[in-house]
Amino acid sequence: MIEFLNNIQNSLIYKNFFLVLSGLDNTILLLLISLPLGFVLALLFALGRVSKITLLSRTIASYIFVIRGTPLLVQIYLIYFGLGSVKFIRESFLWYALKEPFWCGVIALTINTVAYGAEIFRGGIQSIEKSQVESGQSLGFGKFLLLRKIILPIAIRKVLPSYGNELILMVKATSLVSLTTYMEMTGIARKIMAKTFAPVEAFIAAGILYLFLNFLMVQFVKYLEWKYNPHLRLNN
Amino acid sequence: MFKFDKLVFGDAGWGDEFLIATLMTLLVSILSMGLGLFLAIITVWAKIIQNRITRFIANIYTTVIRGVPELLVIYLIFFGGNAVVMSIAKVFGYNKYIELNALTIATIAIAVISATYSSEVLRASYLAISKGQIEAARALGMNKFSIFFKVISPQVIRHALPGIGNVWQITLKDTSLISVTGLVEIMRQSRISSNVEHSPLTFLITAAILYLCLTTISGRVFKTLEVNYSKGFST
Repeated sequence: MIEFLNNIQNSLIYKNFFLVLSGLDNTILLLLISLPLGFVLALLFALGRVSKITLLSRTIASYIFVIRGTPLLVQIYLIYFGLGSVKFIRESFLWYALKEPFWCGVIALTINTVAYGAEIFRGGIQSIEKSQVESGQSLGFGKFLLLRKIILPIAIRKVLPSYGNELILMVKATSLVSLTTYMEMTGIARKIMAKTFAPVEAFIAAGILYLFLNFLMVQFVKYLEWKYNPHLRLNN
Repeated sequence: MFKFDKLVFGDAGWGDEFLIATLMTLLVSILSMGLGLFLAIITVWAKIIQNRITRFIANIYTTVIRGVPELLVIYLIFFGGNAVVMSIAKVFGYNKYIELNALTIATIAIAVISATYSSEVLRASYLAISKGQIEAARALGMNKFSIFFKVISPQVIRHALPGIGNVWQITLKDTSLISVTGLVEIMRQSRISSNVEHSPLTFLITAAILYLCLTTISGRVFKTLEVNYSKGFST
């Protein structure tokens, strides 16, 4: 038994696991900034998308079209390599953020998730029954109150499952930031691979951690769904 | 800042290189989408036959692949694929060094990822077929083979087309990740060109426009297909 434990402790997967684990906080840091920011901006963009101001709606529609039509990798590279090569950006205050791969990653991930999130929220807002809005209006709700008390809660509740999908896609998308030399879990796994020439062991360790992270995300979304859909609970 | 004049065709510019790279992206997407659909059909079959073991394996496959980043899957297959193939070859008594070329590895990697998404789409559209139809076909004396080809697949295709269109877009965009394996597709080409010309913005914007064209055009194609396949059904 002790020999077996020793074998496990000496195995590459075990050692790599803790090495990769040290990159977990970098991955989570990326998510902690870009997800809340993306959520708020996506809501605003969705409201702009359904607004009656044609110019605003069209602009946001084309933004969503461009971002959803190009791979995230292109967006990350454009921000990290592309913007970094422009002289006046290098001389402006923007350079303080754009010289760090971390902030480039945050910006790219936020831009990406806002486009997808806005489209999801737009679907939620447009699927609200007219009668609900009308009953709010008949109670004398103003525009803002209507939004805060009726439209947004119902819309967000409705799209929680698909927004949960987007959140999981975002967890997976953080791995792409490793291509801009940012050392999160995939980056570290890649480094271990280059050092030890044991690809399977390195990447399996990272894979387990990503699975765990996504498992937590799924549970979190499930909890939110349970919390905000009290009328759908079976036993209470 | 911009050097769009470098995008001419011929030796002076990168136009023809980008054309070939675009074709390579399309080739990889189509090959891996096809292989992915094939894998997806097997996965769906494993999930819907009443067998606990196959269902368990298929569930593990889709959960794990959808739960880890695409980049990780590609790295794993790119760096670990050769070892796996060689150890399989060893079983059959072949001991020489085998190296898979980049296109094969890229196709397999993207197909493994895209199959998980396709399988969910196909499974949902299979479950959307009412049982009565299969029973009716059986009552008419059709055998399993013709039930599959005459009753199930036409309807699965019709139900699944919008979802498959989405998977195609995801697959197309995922091919940008295989640039890490060194296969020269749009993404890789734009990195090479920008390193040579010292103008990343130009070539990355070119890449973005090319991807945008590909996704837009293929979106149109899928719209047409959907209209074609839903003839006679008011939508």
